[in-house]
Amino acid sequence: MELLVTTLTIFVLAIFVGFEVISKVPPILHTPLMSGSNAISGITLIGAIISAGSQYTTLTTILGFSAVVLATINVVGGFLVTHRMLEMFKGKKERT
Amino acid sequence: MTTALVNIAYLIASALFIIGLKYLSHPRTAVRGNLLGAAGMLIAIVVTLLNRRIVSFEIIIAGFILGAAIGTILARKIQMTGMPQLVALFNGFGGGASVLVAGSALIEAAGKAHDMPCQLTIAGVASGLIGAVTFWGSLIAFGKLQGVVPEKPLRYSGEQIFKSILLLASLAMGAWIVIEPSTVHFYWILVAVASALGIFLVIPIGGADMPVVITLLNSYSGLAACATGFVLGNNVLVIAGSLVGASGIILTKIMCKAMNRSLTNVLFGGLGEIPESAADADDVYGGKVKATSAEEVAMLLETARRVVIVPGYGMAAAQAQHAVRDLFNLLESKKIEVEFAIHPVAGRMPGHMNVLLAEADIPYDNLREMDEVNPTFEQTDIAIVLGANDVVNPSARTNPKSPIAGMPILNVDKARTVVVIKRSLSPGFAGIPNPLFAADNTLMLFGDGKKMIQDLITALKEG
Repeated sequence: MELLVTTLTIFVLAIFVGFEVISKVPPILHTPLMSGSNAISGITLIGAIISAGSQYTTLTTILGFSAVVLATINVVGGFLVTHRMLEMFKGKKERT
Repeated sequence: MTTALVNIAYLIASALFIIGLKYLSHPRTAVRGNLLGAAGMLIAIVVTLLNRRIVSFEIIIAGFILGAAIGTILARKIQMTGMPQLVALFNGFGGGASVLVAGSALIEAAGKAHDMPCQLTIAGVASGLIGAVTFWGSLIAFGKLQGVVPEKPLRYSGEQIFKSILLLASLAMGAWIVIEPSTVHFYWILVAVASALGIFLVIPIGGADMPVVITLLNSYSGLAACATGFVLGNNVLVIAGSLVGASGIILTKIMCKAMNRSLTNVLFGGLGEIPESAADADDVYGGKVKATSAEEVAMLLETARRVVIVPGYGMAAAQAQHAVRDLFNLLESKKIEVEFAIHPVAGRMPGHMNVLLAEADIPYDNLREMDEVNPTFEQTDIAIVLGANDVVNPSARTNPKSPIAGMPILNVDKARTVVVIKRSLSPGFAGIPNPLFAADNTLMLFGDGKKMIQDLITALKEG
């Protein structure tokens, strides 16, 4: 129970931090912000690694492996495509 | 490594996520923000690989290689016009991973202990429910944006009741698993019902409402990761998940406000439901629409001092952004002031137009937000509307009975001359005629967006 309360505390505080940090995004950055935060939500990868690596049963290993694949696509693809977009924004600034 | 050290590393990763997101919301620091986020992720992954519970690395590494290869190919090959569907797809994968991880953790916990703590089952159920809705909802959104699933809103009688039954069924099943943890294998049935819910939630929503759907699903993918964090008792998942959940909710609110609609209205009905009567369109357009030619518009542009271009989804569909850049450069070389007016919900995802124009190398100093550009239309000689419709419909301002009444619009009708480039007079997503097309100061340039812009450039060069 004590652990639950601690986790809940962290959860609520993190929500507030999230609102505070992203309250004023200029529309120009809406798409990169979405794909960048999307990549961060691939953090489930950490849980997937443990599932796939601890090999508790064949089933959990298969589930873990599939989760590693999905989450890695999310993380790698998300950060890369965000970078690609942001480079486009940056490129022009230097030329003008 | 001791647990304390691992947790400190996770804390560092969480801090990097927060700073990264902070930086992502300012143009100057955005690149650094994204890199910081990636660095945080790398730290979290490396530390997790040192976990003592991991007995074998082959499977993890195989998963990494496969996932990284697919992710890299998708991220490199995607065209900028396809960005909304790619984000939807990645989003769905994150949600799907949460479902699998929570399922696997529940199986393991059920095998090891006889009484499962309710924290575990509640969080597992939440993760399965939100994750499955995110996964399937995102796949349907992807299908709609890619044109695989009909983009039109698919509505049917009893729709709301059907969706409510699915939601209640999945909640009831979740409650049952929490009360009776021995039935934990029902988790997969819960996931199946939640998957159906995800599909039927998004299927009825039309293409132009996708910005709201994508931001909401983005938020859900964060919350699913967060719930998985509760299952595993892992703080970095909880923190990263809540940050993404919060950012998604903020963007959803911005999108809804830009359409003057509530979230409930977007999700459960509203626009595009019943097509307006055809007679209505005749009343508005009858004999008042003036068609023009590229040559005529080119002549007008020659004498203009200030031109505002209003891009919409039509520009993306016609892949016209590079032609637009050429027109922009040509006009600038003739000392004509050119700006772009961007409505917050133009396109299929938040910021869609900005990304396309940036891809075409149009300086972002020339992109104007709605509130900034609206007061300047009166001093604008020519407003060129390219593939936008509802966001420039003056009925939103003038006709309180219109379905889009009160929606903030770009006041292009205040410009001296409005040129609308469009294939036909067909209505936009809201399904209503646009009085702008019949206004005295409006000229219609009928045709494909890209072709018309190219014709304009040719006419300008010849003139």
